[in-house]
Amino acid sequence: MPIKFPFSRRRPGPTDAWTKCPDCEQQVFNRQLERNHRVCPHCGHNFRMSIGERIDLLLDEGSFVERDAGLESVDPLGFFDQKPYPDRLEAARVKTGLREAAVWGTGSVSGRRVAIGLFDFRFMGGSMGSVVGEKIARCFEAALVERIPAVIVSASGGARMQEGTLSLLQLAKTTAPLVRLDAAGVPFISILTDPTTGGVLASFASLGDVILAEPKALIGFAGARVASGTVGEELPEGFQTAEFLLEHGLVDLVVPRAELRVTLGRLLALLPPAAVEEGWDDDERRWGPIGVLSGIAEKLGGAVSETVGLDVEGEPTAGNGRSPERAAEQTLERER
Amino acid sequence: MTELVSSSQAPSAEQADAAWQRVQRARHPERPRTLDLVPRIFDDFVELHGDRLFREDPAIVGGPALLEGRPVMVIGHQKGNDTDSNIFRNFGSAHPEGFRKAQRLMRLADKLGLPVITFLDTAGAFPGPAAEERGQAEAIASSIKLMTGLQVPVVAVVLGEGGSGGALAIGVGDEVLALENSVYSVISPEGCASILWRSPEAAPIAAAAMRMTAEDQHELGIVDSIIDEPGEGAHTDPGATATAIKAALLASLARISRLDTETLLATRYARLRGIGVYRESDVGPRAALDEPSLRRRIGRLLHLPGVPRRPRWSEIWPSGDDNNDSERGA
Repeated sequence: MPIKFPFSRRRPGPTDAWTKCPDCEQQVFNRQLERNHRVCPHCGHNFRMSIGERIDLLLDEGSFVERDAGLESVDPLGFFDQKPYPDRLEAARVKTGLREAAVWGTGSVSGRRVAIGLFDFRFMGGSMGSVVGEKIARCFEAALVERIPAVIVSASGGARMQEGTLSLLQLAKTTAPLVRLDAAGVPFISILTDPTTGGVLASFASLGDVILAEPKALIGFAGARVASGTVGEELPEGFQTAEFLLEHGLVDLVVPRAELRVTLGRLLALLPPAAVEEGWDDDERRWGPIGVLSGIAEKLGGAVSETVGLDVEGEPTAGNGRSPERAAEQTLERER
Repeated sequence: MTELVSSSQAPSAEQADAAWQRVQRARHPERPRTLDLVPRIFDDFVELHGDRLFREDPAIVGGPALLEGRPVMVIGHQKGNDTDSNIFRNFGSAHPEGFRKAQRLMRLADKLGLPVITFLDTAGAFPGPAAEERGQAEAIASSIKLMTGLQVPVVAVVLGEGGSGGALAIGVGDEVLALENSVYSVISPEGCASILWRSPEAAPIAAAAMRMTAEDQHELGIVDSIIDEPGEGAHTDPGATATAIKAALLASLARISRLDTETLLATRYARLRGIGVYRESDVGPRAALDEPSLRRRIGRLLHLPGVPRRPRWSEIWPSGDDNNDSERGA
C-alpha cells in the first residue's frame, strides 16, 4: 500500500522551486507561496490547497486528530472506463498520499473545539463516493453527540460517477444528519473553496447555517460548459464565481484566505451551540430552540401549543407536531 | 454488502446494448408521464401552482389527491408528450422554483399529516445560467434535507428517467419503487461518456457501466421493489401501468403507515445512513503530530540546535504542483 507514512517528508527537487501563476503568469517562488497561504503575491490568485495546508491554515497548532482514517473505497459496480476504478483509486492515493478525497477529524479554532471535514480536489476531483459520504456523515454525527460546531471545507467536482447511484445517494446520507443538528441547536459552517460543484454543492455544502467562500472560487451546480452548451447563450461576467454567488444571495461572505482563520474563529464565538439546560436561567446564552419554545409557552400560557405542537408540559403531540427538544433527546438516545 | 464487490471489467457489447435499450424505453416519447398516470391512480387531484417566491415551474407538478379515499400529496416531474408541451415543460428539467414548489407542497403535507407520493421522471435539474443565479444547488439540497425530516410517510416512484440530483431532490423516500423499464443514475449516460470516455457516443457503454437499470438499482439496494410493466413497456398500456403502480403504492403505504412517527424517522435515517459500500480497517484516532518528549519540548522552546521542529500537517499531506481536472465528479 503506497500510503505515505505520516512523517516521510517530500524533498522538493530543483524543478519544484518555482510555480507559474495561471492568472498573472508570473513565476512565484514556492517558499514564498507557502508563506503566503498559497496566494499569488503578485495578483492574489488563490492556488488550491492540500488538506494538510488547510489544517495548518485553520486549526490551532497540534489540535487536529484524524478520525476514521481506516475507511477505504471498494468497487461496488465493477466500474471500468478507460481503466478500472481500483486503478484510479490507487493512482490518486499515490498522487496525494491520502486514502480518500476527504478527511475528517476534530480540532480547535481559536480554542473552540470543532468537528471538521476537508476535501482534496486532487483525489479524483474531490468526488464524493461511499467513503467520502460516510466521513462527512460521521463528522456531523460527532458534532451532534459532542455538541460542537461542524465545519466542512469543500473542494469537489461532485458525486463520484464510478460508484453510480450509491454516490448520488450520498447527497441524502450527508444531508440527513443536518436535520438533527437543527433540532439539537448545533451550528454548521460550510466553507466553499475552488472548485465546489455538482453533488457536493447540491447537498450539505449549500446547507451551512453560515456559508463562506474563497475569492474567485468556482462554485456552481453544473459545469460552466454544460450551462452554456445547454442553453447556447453567453454566460454572464464572473458566472459561478464566489463573488457571483455573494451578489445573488447564495453565500454569506467571501473571505480572503489570510483572514479565513480569524473570520471562522469570530463566527464560532458568535454562533455557539444552543444551551441544553433550562433556557431562561442560563446567563450565558438563553435563546436556544428549547428556551424559545418553553419561554413562549410560559408567557402565553399554553395558547401556543397548537401551533408549535408542544404543549405546556413539554410533551410532544402526536403526528406532525414538531418538538426540537424531544427530537434532540431522541437523537442522542439513538447515538448511545 | 461485500457481495456487491466484483472485479472491474469493461461492459461487453451485449451488456451495453441491453442497458441502452432500457434507457431508450425509459425515454420513450409515448411513455406515460406523471399527469397521464395521476388521474388513473387517484380518485381526485387538484393541481396547485407556484413556489410563492418567484414563479410557477411547469416541469414539476403537484397537489393533494385521493388514494382509495385517503388524502395524499402527489408531486412529480412532468415531461411533455410533444414538442410544444415539452418546451412548455422544459423537457421535465426543473428550475429552482420547481423544487421550491415541491418543498412548499411537502411542508403542507407535513402540516396536515398527508403521506407524500413522488413520481421521478427527469433527465436532471436544469443547468442554465438562470437556474444557477437562483440557487439550483441550494434548491436541490434543501429539498433533500426537507424530505429526510418529513414526519409523514414518503414513497417515491421512478417512472422513467431518474436523472441525478434533479431526481433525488424529490426522490428521498421511506420506500423507493421503480417501473421495470425505468433507469436511475448519478449522471446521464451521455454526460458520463463525455467525461470518462471523452465521447458522447460511448453513452451505451457508460449506461452499462453505471448499472442504471431498475433491476441493477434493486440489487444495489437503492430501489426497494420493481413494478412490472405491461407488454412491451408502459407506453403500450398506460391504464394497466397505472393499476400496477396503484397496487404497489397501496402495499407500500400499508407497510410504512404502521410505523409511528419516531420509528418512521429513525428507519428513514438508518436507511439513508446505510447506503454505500466501503471497507473499514481499525485505525484509531490519529494525531500524526508527535507527542514530544520533555527534552524535545524544552529544546523547541529554546530553539536549541539539533531538535527537530514540530511537523506540520502540510508536510504530511502537501500540495502537489498539478491540479488535474480530468477526473471530476457529477
